[in-house]
Amino acid sequence: MAKEKKGVRLEHISKIYQDPKTKKEFYAVQDTTLDIEPGTFVTLLGPSGCGKTTTLRMIAGFESPDEGEIYLGGEPINALTPNKRDTAMVFQSYALLPHYNVFDNVAYGLKLRKVPKETIKEKVTAILKLVELEGMESRMTNQLSGGQQQRVALARALVLEPGVLLFDEPLSNLDAKLRVTMRTEIRKIQQAVGITAVYVTHDQSEAMSISDKIIIMSKGKVEQIGSPQEVYYHPNSRFVADFIGEANFLDAKVESVSGENADIVVAGQRLTVRNHTHIPAGKEAVLVLRPEACGLGKEGLLDCEVTLSTFMGSYQYYHALVGNKTVQITDYNPVNKTIYKAGDKVKLNFDPNGVYIL
Amino acid sequence: MAKSQSASLERKKFFADPILVSMIVVLVVFLLLFILYPLLMLLIDSFYTEGKVTLDVFKRVLSMKRFRTAFGNTVVLGLITGICSTLIGLLFAYVEEYVKVRTKFLEKLFGVVSMLPVVSPPFVLSLSMIMLFGRSGLITRKILGIYDSNVYGLKGIAIVQIMTFFPVCYMMLKGLLKNIDPSLEEATRDMGASRWKVFTSVTLPLLLPGLGNAFLVTFIESVADFANPMLIGGDYDTLATTIYLQVTGAYDSTGAAAMSVVLLSLTLILFLIQKYYLEKKTATTLTGKASRARMPIEDRSVTVPLTVLCSLAALFVVIMYIMVPFGALFKLWGRDYSLSLKWFQYMFKTSGLKAFRDSIVLSLIAAPLTALLSMIISYLVVKRKFRLKAFIEFVSMLAMAVPGTVLGIGYIRGYANGVFRTGFMQGLYGTGLILILVFIVRSLPTGTRSGISALRQIDPSIEESAYDMGANSARVFLTVTLPLIKDSFLSGLVTAFVRSITAISAVILLVTPQYLLITCQINEQAEKGNYGVACAYATVLILITYSMVMIMNAIIRVFGTSRTIRED
Ligand SMILES: Nc1ncnc2c1ncn2[C@@H]1O[C@H](COP(=O)(O)OP(=O)(O)O)[C@@H](O)[C@H]1O
Ligand SMILES: [Mg+2]
Repeated sequence: MAKEKKGVRLEHISKIYQDPKTKKEFYAVQDTTLDIEPGTFVTLLGPSGCGKTTTLRMIAGFESPDEGEIYLGGEPINALTPNKRDTAMVFQSYALLPHYNVFDNVAYGLKLRKVPKETIKEKVTAILKLVELEGMESRMTNQLSGGQQQRVALARALVLEPGVLLFDEPLSNLDAKLRVTMRTEIRKIQQAVGITAVYVTHDQSEAMSISDKIIIMSKGKVEQIGSPQEVYYHPNSRFVADFIGEANFLDAKVESVSGENADIVVAGQRLTVRNHTHIPAGKEAVLVLRPEACGLGKEGLLDCEVTLSTFMGSYQYYHALVGNKTVQITDYNPVNKTIYKAGDKVKLNFDPNGVYIL
Repeated sequence: MAKSQSASLERKKFFADPILVSMIVVLVVFLLLFILYPLLMLLIDSFYTEGKVTLDVFKRVLSMKRFRTAFGNTVVLGLITGICSTLIGLLFAYVEEYVKVRTKFLEKLFGVVSMLPVVSPPFVLSLSMIMLFGRSGLITRKILGIYDSNVYGLKGIAIVQIMTFFPVCYMMLKGLLKNIDPSLEEATRDMGASRWKVFTSVTLPLLLPGLGNAFLVTFIESVADFANPMLIGGDYDTLATTIYLQVTGAYDSTGAAAMSVVLLSLTLILFLIQKYYLEKKTATTLTGKASRARMPIEDRSVTVPLTVLCSLAALFVVIMYIMVPFGALFKLWGRDYSLSLKWFQYMFKTSGLKAFRDSIVLSLIAAPLTALLSMIISYLVVKRKFRLKAFIEFVSMLAMAVPGTVLGIGYIRGYANGVFRTGFMQGLYGTGLILILVFIVRSLPTGTRSGISALRQIDPSIEESAYDMGANSARVFLTVTLPLIKDSFLSGLVTAFVRSITAISAVILLVTPQYLLITCQINEQAEKGNYGVACAYATVLILITYSMVMIMNAIIRVFGTSRTIRED
């Protein structure tokens, strides 16, 4: 449906703000370079205050970058005002026009573009159908539920057929259940329409479930860019490993390196693990263990002692002491497995894919 | 780190919006020309004679005993009015917020008292004061049999000003008391403090910046007041009246300019303290809303005396206002108290119709312009970023600190011979247009202030979303901002109308015989001792303003969607 899906490119973008209290200047976004392919769903993910909204607002044109250039569909757009940019934004607070009904909200941008009346009616009707709001045209926005307001906000942006659709934490005001439904729906609609989308969230499961590509940010800088699988299985920093999913960290020392693998020493015990970030021999590192990639048994790779064992239904939850560090383990589908109890001295083993050093 | 790129991009984006740019240019020119320039002329006049900078004019003015007395008088009056209004305002606010009031009647009375000064011309109480307590006053002569009563002078002005201004303090302090969290006071009371102790150790300290604020606001109002000292001052001259007489009596407008600079400095200093020091302090000591409702005081030894005191004060104020129509209906005040319509007939037979028509027409032109202008200023100040923003905000608020008399003299000096005495725009002087301009400038600060506070409550992303969907600034303002602050716009419209039609201090200096204004007629008739006619004018004026306010309230009730929106 989009007239033309456009790619977005950020080239060495920085944004400087002044702290309102200390008056000191700081980089809210620093030297960020990104390429967003046309038609893809890309998520900016990171903890609160890391510069996601600032980045999004620079793409929309509400903020101007202090360094670098932004391109939309290959054209530099730094000097364009928001109303002249081929972007449409879905705001966190929805920002519906409260004095208009649903129809007029969705039609607002089309009217500004002097689209003929009949065409407006057709387009608005079609888009409201797409977001499942048929028959709500004459409702005032304050008579809608949160989820419905969300849909109006989405419809209002989609109907303009923008080159890129921008979302700033659009689901954060909804309850947990609706959040899950809406994110699937947003993804479905994006794929049906085939539009480029840039989505901001601090919720990693939302990012994982919705994106073609995730851009993980921390303190104004890009930490890693990759598909959900890549950032989960191949995080390139402790920050990313920690932020995405659950992870245990054990101090390790690299003994020797061979190809993608390395021999390391952890809590006085030797073992071989994946070394995809190519840490050289002799260096200190951390061993990353995903809880669901670990298991306990008579045979295994590391000696440990169980300190906590709790039945959680779909999994058995353990704390195991490796050296002097506690490792969390989630052992799924425990019904036919041996259950260990606190005090048992056992071995820790793991799936080599879920374990690596950083 | 350098923010140069974003600055230059912001500039580019700013100039890509020609309507916004021209709006700002027009606004800046307006503020420069009609607020700053006239004040600048006063400075030039008082420091610059025959091509050189001198203090001669100031020396001359300062050597006038009349001027020195007037200065002292003004400060004394300001202090008395400021302190008393604040205290009475505090009493009313305290009773309303803390004391269980048993009667609907008293609640209504409080409402009326806070409403009256809004709808009435600022000097009608002087008329009632003279009629009740003057030489042939209803109370002094008729009831008490005093034949040589003298209400003129400091006593008279102070009483009238206090009655006019204390409702302002009452409204300000009421808002602050509402925001004090009751649990603070309950905690102290729990620890065994008496009610009086709670008041002095918790409530009062929290309220102190607010009290200072109320005091300064009233002080400024009192110092700037022209009509009351004029009517009831007798030989107690204040700066405002002295300046007026210096122009109209002594034809010394350079002297008046120098005096105006003194008066302006006085109000400006007070204004700056109030705005940049106390207002911030009030905001930081009292933040947010109270968490729950306050348990009212029910102890009869507290409630009864306080309620009685307030009721008496409120009743007194109401009676004073009621005297105005009676002053117009009695055949001859002091002699013949039978009712007749002869003063109204006389009024309409003489200049009445023209005065009402001129006043109404000029105010009706000024009001929408003021309301629109103040909404545009509020929008720019709250929602946009640009270089001249601070200037625009400051100057439009500055007008609040400029006494009408000072503005009037500024316009005389600034426009009688054209801009900088070049003859440019000389045609303005003596026209209805200059009166309209004065009306606008005089009401702009109130409108802007209410617009700013209304706009601050609106989620900025609503306007951003419209901007994002392709609307330019003017579109955003017309289709989103304005509809969302409709209530504030409407009340700004009516406030501007009421303020314009009741204004006197500046326009009395600028009006030409071609235009008759109601307020000037009242002043003229009262000066001649024709209190019946003066009251007839005042009565009709109050009826006009009152019905305007009622119409506005009705409109807001029916069409005011913004309230329901905000609640959501
Ligand atoms: N207008 C502004 N002025 C000053 N600092 C700002 C402004 N907007 C955001 N910031 C600061 O910039 C940083 C990044 O903010 P933001 O992009 O909103 O983070 P996120 O959306 O990732 O939570 C934060 O520290 C925030 O406080
Ligand atoms: Mg954010």
